[in-house]
Formats: sequence, C-alpha cells, structure tokens
Amino acid sequence: MNRGHRHGAGSGCLGTMEVKSKFGAEFRRFSLERSKPGRFEEFYGLLQHVHKIPNVDVLVGYADVHGDLLPINNDDNYHKAVSTANPLLRIFIQKKEEADYSAFGTDTLIKKKNVLTNVLRPDNHRKKPHIVISMPQDFRPVSSIIDVDILPETHRRVRLYKYGTEKPLGFYIRDGSSVRVTPHGLEKVPGIFISRLVPGGLAQSTGLLAVNDEVLEVNGIEVSGKSLDQVTDMMIANSRNLIITVRPANQRNNVVRNSRASGSSGQSTDNSLLGCPQPMEPSFEPEDEDSDEDDVVIEDNGVPQQIPKAVPEAESLESLTQIELSFESGQNGLIPSRGLSLAPTAGGTDSEFETRAPDQKLLEEDGTIITL
Amino acid sequence: MMKFRFRRQGADPQREKLKQELFAFNKTVEHGFPNQPSALAFDPELRIMAIGTRSGAVKIYGAPGVEFTGLHRDAATVTQMHFLPGQGRLLTLLDDSSLHLWEIVHHNGCAHLEEALSFQLPSRPGFDGASTPSSLTRVTVVLLLAAGDIAALGTEGGSIYFLDVTTLALLERQTLSPDEILRSVPDDYRCGKALGPVESLQGHLRDPTKILIGYSRGLLVIWNQAAQCVDHVFLGNQQLESLCWGRNSGTIISSHSDGSYAIWPMNTGSSPTLQPSVATVPYGPFPCKAINKILWRNCESGGHFIIFSGGMPRASYGDRHCVSVLRAETLVTLDFTSRIIDFFTVHSTRPEDEFDDPQALAVLLEEELVVLDLQTPGWPSVPAPYLAPLHSSAITCSAHVANVPAKLWARIVSAGEQQSPQPISSASNWPITGGRNLAQEPSQRGLLLTGHEDGTVRFWDASGVALRPLYKLSTAGLFQTDCEHADSLAQAAEDDWPPFRKVGCFDPYSDDPRLGVQKVALCKYTAQMVVAGTAGQVLVLELNDVPTEQAVSVASVDLLQDREGFTWKGHERLSPRAGPLPWPAGFQPRVLVQCLPPAAVTAVTLHAEWSLVAFGTSHGFGLFDYQRKSPVLARCTLHPNDSLAMEGPLSRVKSLKKSLRQSFRRIRKSRVSGKKRIANANSKLQEANAQLAEQACPHDIEMTPVQRRIEPRSADDSLSGVVRCLYFADTFLRDAAHHGPTMWAGTNSGSVFAYALEVPAAVAGGEKRPERAVEAVLGKEVQLMHRAPVVAIAVLDGRGRPLPEPYEASRDLAQAPDMQGGHAVLIASEEQFKVFTLPKVSAKTKFKLTAHEGCRVRKVALATFASVACEDYAETCLACLTNLGDVHVFSVPGLRPQVHYSCIRKEDISGIASCVFTRHGQGFYLISPSEFERFSLSARNITEPLCSLDISWPRDATRARVQESPKLSQANGNPSIILAPQNCDRSPDLTHKGADTPEPPEATLSPMSIDSATSADTTLDTTGDVTVEDVKDFLGSSEESERNLRNLTEDEAHTCTILIK
Repeated sequence: MNRGHRHGAGSGCLGTMEVKSKFGAEFRRFSLERSKPGRFEEFYGLLQHVHKIPNVDVLVGYADVHGDLLPINNDDNYHKAVSTANPLLRIFIQKKEEADYSAFGTDTLIKKKNVLTNVLRPDNHRKKPHIVISMPQDFRPVSSIIDVDILPETHRRVRLYKYGTEKPLGFYIRDGSSVRVTPHGLEKVPGIFISRLVPGGLAQSTGLLAVNDEVLEVNGIEVSGKSLDQVTDMMIANSRNLIITVRPANQRNNVVRNSRASGSSGQSTDNSLLGCPQPMEPSFEPEDEDSDEDDVVIEDNGVPQQIPKAVPEAESLESLTQIELSFESGQNGLIPSRGLSLAPTAGGTDSEFETRAPDQKLLEEDGTIITL
Repeated sequence: MMKFRFRRQGADPQREKLKQELFAFNKTVEHGFPNQPSALAFDPELRIMAIGTRSGAVKIYGAPGVEFTGLHRDAATVTQMHFLPGQGRLLTLLDDSSLHLWEIVHHNGCAHLEEALSFQLPSRPGFDGASTPSSLTRVTVVLLLAAGDIAALGTEGGSIYFLDVTTLALLERQTLSPDEILRSVPDDYRCGKALGPVESLQGHLRDPTKILIGYSRGLLVIWNQAAQCVDHVFLGNQQLESLCWGRNSGTIISSHSDGSYAIWPMNTGSSPTLQPSVATVPYGPFPCKAINKILWRNCESGGHFIIFSGGMPRASYGDRHCVSVLRAETLVTLDFTSRIIDFFTVHSTRPEDEFDDPQALAVLLEEELVVLDLQTPGWPSVPAPYLAPLHSSAITCSAHVANVPAKLWARIVSAGEQQSPQPISSASNWPITGGRNLAQEPSQRGLLLTGHEDGTVRFWDASGVALRPLYKLSTAGLFQTDCEHADSLAQAAEDDWPPFRKVGCFDPYSDDPRLGVQKVALCKYTAQMVVAGTAGQVLVLELNDVPTEQAVSVASVDLLQDREGFTWKGHERLSPRAGPLPWPAGFQPRVLVQCLPPAAVTAVTLHAEWSLVAFGTSHGFGLFDYQRKSPVLARCTLHPNDSLAMEGPLSRVKSLKKSLRQSFRRIRKSRVSGKKRIANANSKLQEANAQLAEQACPHDIEMTPVQRRIEPRSADDSLSGVVRCLYFADTFLRDAAHHGPTMWAGTNSGSVFAYALEVPAAVAGGEKRPERAVEAVLGKEVQLMHRAPVVAIAVLDGRGRPLPEPYEASRDLAQAPDMQGGHAVLIASEEQFKVFTLPKVSAKTKFKLTAHEGCRVRKVALATFASVACEDYAETCLACLTNLGDVHVFSVPGLRPQVHYSCIRKEDISGIASCVFTRHGQGFYLISPSEFERFSLSARNITEPLCSLDISWPRDATRARVQESPKLSQANGNPSIILAPQNCDRSPDLTHKGADTPEPPEATLSPMSIDSATSADTTLDTTGDVTVEDVKDFLGSSEESERNLRNLTEDEAHTCTILIK
C-alpha cells in the first residue's frame, strides 16, 4: 500500500499530493487525493494505521507555507492543510501525553528551526510553559448560551466573559416598546432593546446578540420597570460577567429542543469564537458569580495581590501575633509565602496585573514607597 | 436561577418586628423659606401668619416651633388668603377660581391643618343664566364680613357676590351688580363707561354693616349691607390700585396706578364727594409706577403711618422693590432685593380701641420675610426665628453636626449675637407669637452647617422644628477679590432721595465664584473647623470669643508632584491679603493651605486630636499638620491618560460677568424647576393623556434615539483621579498588634490609599503634641475592580461599630472602640458596599447595589438607630441615598438590606445632591433653593411640629370633612405620595410615637417587645454565614498560618459562594 502511494506521488499526477508523516523518529510517506481529502477522522485513522499506532492518542500537526507548525484537529484545518500543501504535506505526530503544546503556533520562520527540533526531540522541555493555543480545553470562553433547558424557546440567555482585554463589550441599548400578551389582550409595554453592535466588539463577534433583541434580564434580574439608565448601570456593574437574557428579534435561529422530556443540561449549546468544541459550560452557578471580586491590594512592600475572600473571624490573640510574624517575614522577603499567595490562580489574573501596570509606574515615581 | 439572591432573608418575624421598632420613614418638616410665596395673611387675634405658595402649599406660622402645613389638592397658585379671626380657619382662593376653607383641628392634643371645604366657583359664561345679570368671572378680591360668616367676593366683572363661609355656598340673591351702584352715581360720571373690576373691598372695624368698595375706574362706594343701599359715593377718576379705611371712619386712603395716593374726607352729606382732601405723588414729579397696596394706621402718640409698596419713579428706580413707610416727616424707603408679595402690620384690632398703634410691619418678599419693629425708633428689623432664607447666597454644600456640646453651642450663639447689631431680646420683639409649642426641648443640639457660593458658612440650630440662624462665618475677608470696588462705587452713587434703606439679606450675587465653599468639617470638641473652597483654598479656623487682629499663615501644597505635561487652564488661586487682619469674635482663620493647581476641593477631613487636616482635589490629596504648619504628604492621583482632568474641566475660566450670568440663570432655573413641579403635581391626568397620545404614535420605535453604551469602566476614564473621600482612623493598618493613626483616601476610579501616620503622642495631660514632624507611609493601596467612585470609607471596630470621632474616646464622651477584635474597613463605592478585614485586607461582606437594583449610591452615612420599644437598644446601620432618590438602610457589618423608602423624586437632581444624613437617622435635602425638607429614617428620632392653638370656634365640628389633609409634612413633597392613602392614616399614630412624647406608648412596656429586641440582637451579630463556614484554626507556627492563607487563595472560588448575599 505504501508502495502504491509512493508510486503515485512519483508519477507526478496532478490529482494527488505527497504526504510525509513523521512520528517519533519514523517517517511514512503516502499520497492523498487533493480533490477528495475526506474527513479528518478518516485521515486520523489512516495516520494511526500507517504508523501502526492504532490505540495511541496523538496530536497531529503540519508545517504550513510559512514553516509554522499548525495543528490538524478538525475537518476545517485538515482541508486547509491539504489545500495549502505545496507540493508536499508534512505531518508531525506527537503522543498526546508527551505533547509539547508550545511548539504549536509560533509565528516566524526564524523559529522554524526550533519548532522542528522541538518536534524532533519531544523530550526537550527546556522552554518555559507557554500560552497554548489550539487546544480546545485551553480556550477561555468568550460567550455562551446557557440555561437552554429552563428558558422558553423564544428566549436566549447569553453570557459574555469580559477579561481585562482591550476588546470592548461593544453594544448599545435603547428604550422601546414590545407587545405582550396579557389577560387584557395584547398590550404594548416599554422594554429595553439592543440598539447597536460595535464592529469588532465582543458582542458582535459572538453572534449571539443582534440589534433589536429585547433585553429581558440582566444577571438574573428582570429589567421590566427599570429605566434605561438603571439597566445601563446594572449591565456596567456586571460587565465582567454579564449574563443577559434576550428575546432575539430573529426567532429563526432558536435552539429547538428535540424532546421536551429530556430537560437535562445536555441540551445546552455552546458557541464560541472559533467554533471549536468546548467543554460544556454548566448552567451558571454561584461559584463564578463573583469573577469580578478580584480587587487588588498593594501592601506596603508594593506587591499587588488579589484580595482573598474571607479570613477566619475567631482569631485569638495568639493567632494575631502569628499573622503579624508571617507578615514581617514577608516584608523582609525571606519567606517565599508571599510569592506563593501571589501565584496566579486563573488565567484572568495575568490580565489584572497588566492593568495595574500604569499605577505601578506611578508608584515608582513616588520613589519612597513602592518599587516593583 | 439566581433566585437565591432575592430570597427574603428576613422571613424571621422577630427581626421584622425589630425593624419596625428601629426604622420608619417620615418627611417631618420643611425648614427655611417657602419657595415662590404668592399670598400672605395674618390673624391678629391668634397672632398667626399664613403664607401661600404658587405650588398650592399653605403654611401657617406662630411662635417658633408652631407650624402647620397643608397642600391644596390641585397645585394651583394661592392668590389670596384670609383668616377667620380667632377661629383658626383660613379661606384661600386659588388661581383656578376655587375657594378652600382650612381648619386647624386638634387630634390627640396636637393641632393639624386640614382642608374642611372647597368650592369651585361656577365658571363663566354666566352661572345660573337669567338670575344673575353679569357672569361670575374671576374673583379679584375677597372680604370677610360678620366675623367671618360671610365672604364678599369682588370680581373682574364688577359684581360682588356673597358667600356663606360655613357652607361655602353662594348667597345668590344678595349679589351686588355694578348697575345697582351706578344708579347712585351722577350721570356725568357714568357717561356710559363701566366701573371696571372690583379692586378693593374693605370692611369697617366698628361698623360691620358697611363695605367700602373700590372699582378699578376710581369710584369708591360705601355700601350699607344691612340697608342694602349706597351710603356714600366718592367720584375718583384715577385708576385705583388699593384702598384702606381708617379706624375712626374719618379717612379713606386710596392708591393709584400713576403712583399717587389720595385721602378722602368722610362727610356725612349725601352728595357725592368729588375731590380728595389730599392727593399726592410721593416720588413725583416724574412718572411713577403704581402704588400696589397702601395702609393707614393711626397712633396714640399722634400722627399716623402711611405704608405703601411701589410708587417709585419709573425711569430711575422702576426696578427697585420698595416699601415706603411714612410717618409725619419721616420717610423711609425700604429697598428689598426681591419682589414684594404682600405686607401687613401687627396692630390692635379691637374695635373699642381708639388707635391702631402698629407694633410691627411684616413684608413678605419673593425670597424672604422681613419684619420691622415700628415701636422702636429707627424701625430696626427684627431677626426672624424661622423662615430664614437659606439661599441668601446659593447653598453649595451642607453638613450636620449632632450632639453639639453645650459649651460650644453657647460660644457659637454668643458669637452670633455679637455679629448682629440687634438687641438680644429678639424673641420678645417677634410679633407673630400664636400657639404653643408642645415639643419637648430637644434632647441634643444639632448644628446644620451650610456653605454658600459667596464664601460664607452659616450655622443653623437644627435641633427643633424651627431652623434658627445662629452664626455666619465669612471667609471672603481673607482674600482679595475681583470686585471689591464695585460695592463702594454703588454706595457712593446712591442719592439722598429717595431715602433708600437696604433691608433683608437675600443676596444671590456672588462676588467671586472662587470663594464658593465646597466642603466643611467641624470638630465639635475643639471648636476647630476647616472650610475648603472652589479655588483650592483650605482654611483651618478656630473659635475665638474675642476679636483679634492677626496674620494668617499661608502654605501651598503642590498636588501634582511635578507630574509632566500638565498645564492648569482653570482659574487662578485666590490671593490672600497680606499682613494682620482684624477678625471679629467667632471662627478666626489660623492657617490657609492652598492646593496647587487651585482646583475645587472635593474632599476634606479634620482630626483635631492629631492637628491634621486632609484635603483632596481632582488632582490628588494632601495632608497638612496645622500645629506645626507644615505639609506632611502630597499625592497625585491623576491617571496618566486622564487628559481632561489635566486641563481642569471642573473649573473652567470664569469671568465675573459669566458668573453673574450664571447666577441669574440659576435663579431662573430654580423658578422653572419650581414651575415644573407644579405642573407635575397639577396634571396627573394630562400627563396620562399625553402618554396615551404618545403610545398611539405609530412610529414609536423610531421615536427613541437615546441609547446607552454598555462598556465597563476602564482605568483611564476621565476624572479618575478625583479624590472623593478622606478619612482618619486609629486602626490596624500594618500589623495586627499595633494600631495607630491612619489616613484613607478614595478616588473616582475605585482606588483606596491607606497611609500609616506617625503622629507624636501628646504628653499626658498636655493639649498639644510635641513639636515633631508627622510622617506618613503608604500602607495599603486597594483597587476595586469595578472601578466605581469611592464615596465613603469607615473603619469598624472589633464589635462592628464605627470608630468614634476624634476626642470622643479620649474624653470619655463615647464608648471606647474595641481594639481587641479585628478591625474592618467599610468601603462604599457608587456601586457596591464592601467590608474588608484589617490589617490583612480580605473581603468579608459586600452588597452589590447597582448590580441588584440598577441604582447608584449618591450619599452614604453611618447612623445610629434607636429602638422605640427599648430605651437602650440601638443599631448602627448604613444609610444610603441612591441616584433614584431612594433611601436604603443596610446592617453593619453584615451589609444586609434592612428597609428602603422612596424619598426624593429621581428627577430632582439638586435635591439628591444636597442630601445630608445626621448621625441619628435623620436627613435633610433641598426641595427648593430655599427650603430643606427634613426626613427621618429612625422610628424614634423624629423632629416634627407638635403644637396647639387656642381656638374659639363655637360651631359644630361634626361636619363631614371634604378631604383629609395630605400629611402635614408634604406641602411641597411628591404629589404621588399624597395620593397614597396610607400616608394620611399614619399621621395621628405618628404623633403618638414621636420621640419626645413623655410617656412611651404602651407597646414599649410589654415584655414581649423587649424580648424580641434582645433576641434579634443575637441574630444581628452573626455577620453573615461567611465567617461561620469559614472558621479555620490558626495554629502555632507561622508556617501553618501561611498555609491557611494559601488555602484561602486557592479556595477563592469556593468561599465566594458563601459571600454572596
């Protein structure tokens, strides 16, 4: 079979394409129909077959025209890889458990060498952990549709995640009126509507909100009876974790439930920026209700840190002195405890530090007080 | 989903009961001068005065503390008011041609004003068709006859109608038409012309059957009501404005539109009098304006008073508001700053007396009430014990000081007395003395401080119902202002004639807008205060009982700290006068600290014990040691990207002209807003109709162009550096073992800076601390992630109570704070309240107001609420006013919502901005430029009028009432509240519950209520489930505690579920 492929490639037939696949130190060469590449699953199975690793979970990557190592994990990027391969499609396969995610997605030709050496010697982990892209579990969600199972089909509850990034939330709201069915027949009632989406904003990029959608709830609180200003204030106050329930102006894209009986959260649909499959976002729990709780305190040694939640109340006098001791040592920089408490616990932490940066500069100017 | 947030935590019935004993919302009394007065009346028998307003409010004043308030159902202008003498009844005429009869009735021993009857005059064209020849058009004058049983109504058409006052029914057959009068008039006077509207109706004190009728054309007629015939006719030809009938029926005085007045002799002959005995134009010979009202009063000591308003020479003084008082050769032209509404004299009205002997002249002006003592030579003005024009210069800030020590009180009062040249016995001179104040002496003295645009700070006695001016502090004398010469020039330009005399204190024109007072703080134990102004001036003053002459030391603090790229484009700083300056007794400046750039001071606080003053502007904050007169700290809070603040948007360059124009505009605006309120109250139906019409509009979707951007606040929003609050506390900032002085500052962008201060300790017994420098070290900096402006900071002691004020603890005036348990800091932003532990800053409790309610915090204060049921039980709570005008009360430190009330209309921005809370659960806000509404959130601490009036009113009181009066307090309040029935129901019960009733209501004695109070106490003290769930043992080694800390960070996500309320 291998022979056959190779032969085909050598024949220079226009309809086929040569594939050079590498797993560990082994190479396999075969050819594919350029016009009919098939599905990713089939290709994945083929790779497992040609490398004789039928039960090993692997990550598949390819070198694109710029020499960057890019992943192949769905039909889209598989087709992209096939269509751009010129003339040879070079495939790199890593075992999932040994995978070096940092190898992926680096940007330049300069790095190409490194990338390749990394891939060639997967044990080489000299690089510090790197922000990983392309692995679905490492995406942070920017939006989701939630509570599909408990909402009427005409409503949509959208959650927007605002990390300390520059990307604006990007929408405007206005007053308006909507028609409701009441015991007295149809009635016009005042309502709040989305009036505008900022191009490139978070709201627009999710595709979950549209102009003229009626806003029904903000973070679980009904907006009926509230003024435009009140709703604005509520949204801004919740902007770091904004959950708005809308009645979309366009009702054709609603989630249609297959069976009313299965009311499980399994019906929830997720939608993210890249359309990658994501871990299920559970219907939102009080746990994350407080994602904006991360006020920052700078102690007198000038290290900003997140304010922890509650501290035990019933402190004896003894324990007070203990705390004090630990603090003094912390100030002397002898005990690494401070560093530990500083360690970012979530992806969001980094960005908070970033936002602090100007103030830290400001502190440096004061000279006496704080240096970072 | 998310329902858990809204689950009513307070299903606990005991807590609910306790809440009822602690909190109750009442608007109790309106302080200050009624906005837009339109009518005045005086009852000489009861010695009470009524003022009607353009919004339909009626306010009756007697002795200080005696006040009644009522509001007409339709908010139409009150055009006339007449007391039924001695009966405590008042007939009012509104400009919608309705008559209303008000009665002062006693409930539970306290008097209230209630509307008894109302009568809508039949509108034109001709009521009752044939029987009345001329239609009953607009009523121009009202006269009460026969001891108030009958009212004569003069109309525009010239007819006079008679009305039975007790039933408010027209006596149709008695109507006196002008035709009937014309029959007694010679033909050559008639000459086909109508008599015009009835301009004046006057009764005679001794002969109640006779009425003097004055028609606009000038005809005066004495009509005999008993005989139904004309007694005498005076053929005046000058257009009539006003009439007065002398006591001994010998004289009639008439005033005219050409500025003249005439005195008519009363000869008994039947032939018409053709000419007056005297006719004079007092301010002639050039054309004069009309004399609108004239009074004639004779005196036992010989001679008589002629008092009239208007009549000024049209060209030269036509714009003056003058009342002239003429007695023999003495003429005084009282020159007022605002329009004259009406005036009356307080004089003898007993028919048997020979003379009027006027004691006092009361002039109601648009902006103030002025009373002159006519018995003292020189006719000095009598200081009013109430109705003070709060807005004599626009109010720019206010502060309340509770529990003022008696010593300081006496010193302030004495300083105030030295200020005003009047003899001290003002109370005895005040002529309006009706009624008895039943309210007990206030248990504590409350001082209200108002800062004004002209640089003055006024001290008001806010202990009781009558807001009494105590003392006025002027800071303008310290500075050289732009327009000093202007005044002296104006003085010099004044001629000797007319003999003007400036009266009254309403003076809305500020000399220099930079003098405006922005923030005030007073230490009540040391009598030191700090006044901070628009041009960055921070003035530390101290009360001195004797006048001195001293120089004021000046220091300037650069809040920019050499920040690059900044140019201040705002106003210049005020330049202080050099050299020693004379200071009268009272608050005398010690130090002037000048902030640079000279932007308006946005926050200030004073700690007299440490001799420190902290101040903040839109650029940063500073700390100044005023004992050593040296700056301690300056910190710039500007965000580098904040270009707006850099250029000083808060203080654009203002010329004097501009500021004058603005003052005018503000006055006009205040008028307009007042009118708006009328409209609001007036036309509920119209509004509803308008809304219907709007809804009917087909293009309603396109109709709303207003849209709001949804974007989180970013760090570089403009004005992020504005310092919003400053606070001193003795607490644990750096470690849990040592507490010490700290200073806290909160900014517009949600930053909190906490400094540990090194203040040299005072030697035991010594007042002053040793002369060593104070040091400040930045201890902590907290950035609230929601970045909302920080509006208040307070430190809570180990028991969760706010720390006492300076000196309170050290002088045993308050319970010493608990320094054992862990302290906590309460940070209130515009969106959230949060309590953090100290010294390790960790979130303890919080309440996200904006996220829940969609409203933002405007004012916040910690207040003590005492229970009505139990003498000793009190809770400290957080009272907060939102941008929607609602007042919320939260427990501290649990931050659980307790109660909320709607207090101010959300459109009333100036009302919301002016709100100030007291320490005991009351509050004030401006309902008009001149009036503070007082409200109480406490069920126990209520200041409201309790008074009685001796009324001789023999008639049946069983008549069904037309309308329960709207609650006493709401004369100017929100009309929607008036419509709510439960408000009326509450008022009797209220007085019963009043704080000062000598005997507590029976409920308080029942053991059950006391039980509940104590048990609720325990529930209160659990500061949320937070701590219970999260108690961790702090064990011996430091390692252990570190691990705990680490756990905490790791458990963040976990613990926050508990935190949520």
